[in-house]
Amino acid sequence: MKKEFRVIADLLPRNIRVLDVGCGDGSLMSHLIKEKNIEVRGLEIVEENVKKCIYKGLSVIEGNAETELHQFPTKSFDFVILSQTLQAFYNPEKVLKDLLRIGKSVIISIPNFGYWKVRTSLLFFGKMPVTKTLPNSWYNTPNLHMCTIKDFFDFCIEKKININKVVGVNEETTSEIKKSNLEIKNLFSKVGIFLLK
Amino acid sequence: MPSIAGLFFYMSEKIKKLNVSKPLVLDCKKTVKDFPLAYETYGNLNKNKDNAILIFHALTGDQFVSGTNPITKKDGWWVTAVGPGKAIDTNKYFVICANVIGGCMGSWGPKEIDKNTNQAYGLNFPVITIKDMVKSQETLLDHLGIDKLLCAAGGSMGGMQLLQFCATFPNKTFSAVPIACSTNHSAQNIALNELARQAIMADPVWDNGKYLKKNIQPKNGLAVARMVGHISYLSEKGMQEKFGRKLQEKADYEFSFDADFQVESYLRHQGFAFVERFDANSILYITRAMDYFDLSRQFKGGLVEAFKNQKTKFLIISFSSDWLYTTKENKDTVIALNSAGADVSFAEIKTDKGHDSFLVNEPEFLKTLKGFIDSMHIKFKNEKK
Repeated sequence: MKKEFRVIADLLPRNIRVLDVGCGDGSLMSHLIKEKNIEVRGLEIVEENVKKCIYKGLSVIEGNAETELHQFPTKSFDFVILSQTLQAFYNPEKVLKDLLRIGKSVIISIPNFGYWKVRTSLLFFGKMPVTKTLPNSWYNTPNLHMCTIKDFFDFCIEKKININKVVGVNEETTSEIKKSNLEIKNLFSKVGIFLLK
Repeated sequence: MPSIAGLFFYMSEKIKKLNVSKPLVLDCKKTVKDFPLAYETYGNLNKNKDNAILIFHALTGDQFVSGTNPITKKDGWWVTAVGPGKAIDTNKYFVICANVIGGCMGSWGPKEIDKNTNQAYGLNFPVITIKDMVKSQETLLDHLGIDKLLCAAGGSMGGMQLLQFCATFPNKTFSAVPIACSTNHSAQNIALNELARQAIMADPVWDNGKYLKKNIQPKNGLAVARMVGHISYLSEKGMQEKFGRKLQEKADYEFSFDADFQVESYLRHQGFAFVERFDANSILYITRAMDYFDLSRQFKGGLVEAFKNQKTKFLIISFSSDWLYTTKENKDTVIALNSAGADVSFAEIKTDKGHDSFLVNEPEFLKTLKGFIDSMHIKFKNEKK
């Protein structure tokens, strides 16, 4: 399982209700059921992934988070999870608003455009970065709104969204990000995981 | 072709029937008891009783889901999905299906004999509803000794019965697969049903539903009614690909009103094959039941109220080219279930085969159905332990 999923799982209490937006083939969902006895639902746009979830007995709804989050009632989940997809929406601000409406808490992870390899790619080679977390080229990337950990941090403050905890994930290590170490963590984290209320 | 009376006598030998002795209060306020409910089962109920699956049939279906229908000698209507080694594997699961009341395959319907008059009911048969159908079928589960089903499934009107079943008898089934259906009939669907009814009633043979006295059927009207249905079960693209403008075994137009085009020939064949096996009055009654169906109207708090406290795990399936029960309508049911806090999954199968997709060999659909039911079986077994 991905390091990121372990961090997300650690942020969650046991026996709660979770909505996994963009749940993929359901590997995080399976993990949460098994390890934390969490009642989890998924929303997924890719047909093949939806079927994989169904075969595993997971509850999943085929649909587009950009347009179909309205179907979930307000505060109907304890946590809503969105893993590395926010940047792919046409209107990430609207999606985030919906997530905060549906969940009592929201966990969002973002691929960090401020990671040093990304910065050096642009600085030294003058080319758009292609890395493990950002594997596509400029012309076929689904990512429309790339941001850095710092960008998202500032965004939350500007929109008065309560940041409860931020975790930076690198190859092997994870570390908590605070306002005091933001500059350095923004340089060395591949992924940022935000717990919002 | 045997006479209709002869056919009906022949039927009685091949059909399992439960006499429903418990009084049933119909939505029209009439109370009925001691009426026949025809049914069929496939496979065996296991010792733990964790493998029973109830199937609800659609408008022109019957209890003969799989194998060979002993009356028509044709394949069962869901032979693509149900049978040994199929998506709903009868080597593993115990499959039950009943003919709806109002139908004509042995259950209490307009062609049955009214004990008060010693004649076929015809239009003296009460107007029944989807809820009436479902309530009568619940008695069958008692009869078979099943407290809780592993799964219940149905497409089209079968799906509507299933949604009603879950609303009326919450938690009677561990899981449910409503396919290509909705919680009420759209204006377009009512209009198409009305077209079918008007076709039957416009046939002079119909005679206000009294044709059975003369041992005849309003075949022309019934065939047209069936043709309407068949158009609505296909998609525009599917029809174009299957028939296009191809001519029926001829090189050129015949400058007549014979079936020059293949699509005409297909409709005529479907229409006139249908009249051999179906009762015209049954079409009137069953289409009426579909039109009256409206779950949110039944429950004061609307759909959320209808589905509250559901423990049943739902999988709703729609087909991208179905214009009779669109993906949007199916999704509205998903939204209602979600709002009620029910456990619901949803998948749309991409296909050109229209509403009929659930009846034909559509591999993606069958794989999804199988994957869901098999995974539910594992969960249900664990729950029963």
